[in-house]
Amino acid sequence: MPLDPALIGRRSSELTVDIERGRLRFFAKAIGQTNPIYSDVDAAKNAGHRDVLVPPTFLFCLSMDVPNPFEYLEELGIDPVSILHGEQAFEYVAPVCAGDTVTFSTYISDIYQKKGGALEFLVRTTDVTRDGELVARMTSSAVIRNQAAKEAS
Amino acid sequence: MTGTLNVGDTFTLEVPTITRTTLALYAGASGDHNPAHIDIDAVRAVGYPDVFGHGMLSMAYLGRLLTDWVPQDRIRSYSVRFAAITPVNVAPTCHGTVLDVEDGLAHLDLTMTLPDGTVTLRGSATVATEQD
Repeated sequence: MPLDPALIGRRSSELTVDIERGRLRFFAKAIGQTNPIYSDVDAAKNAGHRDVLVPPTFLFCLSMDVPNPFEYLEELGIDPVSILHGEQAFEYVAPVCAGDTVTFSTYISDIYQKKGGALEFLVRTTDVTRDGELVARMTSSAVIRNQAAKEAS
Repeated sequence: MTGTLNVGDTFTLEVPTITRTTLALYAGASGDHNPAHIDIDAVRAVGYPDVFGHGMLSMAYLGRLLTDWVPQDRIRSYSVRFAAITPVNVAPTCHGTVLDVEDGLAHLDLTMTLPDGTVTLRGSATVATEQD
């Protein structure tokens, strides 16, 4: 069943997260990032940063830090196994560092179809704020494969 | 360590082989515990031959290409389209090219490619050419 465009604007619960140095060190190791500004506080400060720097894609990981990151899909009756991560975008307004507390506010920003409804796109936008000021904006596009529509077309 | 930002400039990052250990570490560090990336029994049960890489791990590698190229606070925007999956035990290559420079902003074209030529990620970034 196609998603109702009236869902555009629907908001998920806000999420507030403390950014931890240890988690950033682990993330740097996992992605092979050896520049110490991403893992060592002294190196980060010597390079002019307030603390260990949050790398370009890490805010997405924090936004998934909820008991069930796919709750929004299940609420819409979508099986998380049927979706693919189609696109991901970041806009950066201000650097974010360990020690910061950030809030994620997410809403459905677009719904559209391709291939006669066989592919549906659910686009969500997340404003990331620190002390009420926007520091980054993320846009994530999930592709829903509708087998029934594909067979009918 | 940083590169220049003139039209036609290119930058490359060779990623070491993405092993099962890489995927396990990324699952833990990123918080993405989807079994598709770490549990071969779970993926075989739904008909896939093997686990595959997290799309956001690939985006993190292209992000490393960017931050090796320019200081991170000059990156204004960064986006990708996930075009194909990245199997386990391959060593991809990240490429960036400066497409144009206008009004103090460089527009970069980004790709991640497997050794067989498959493009797994297509992306773009906008980067300030000067420090604020």
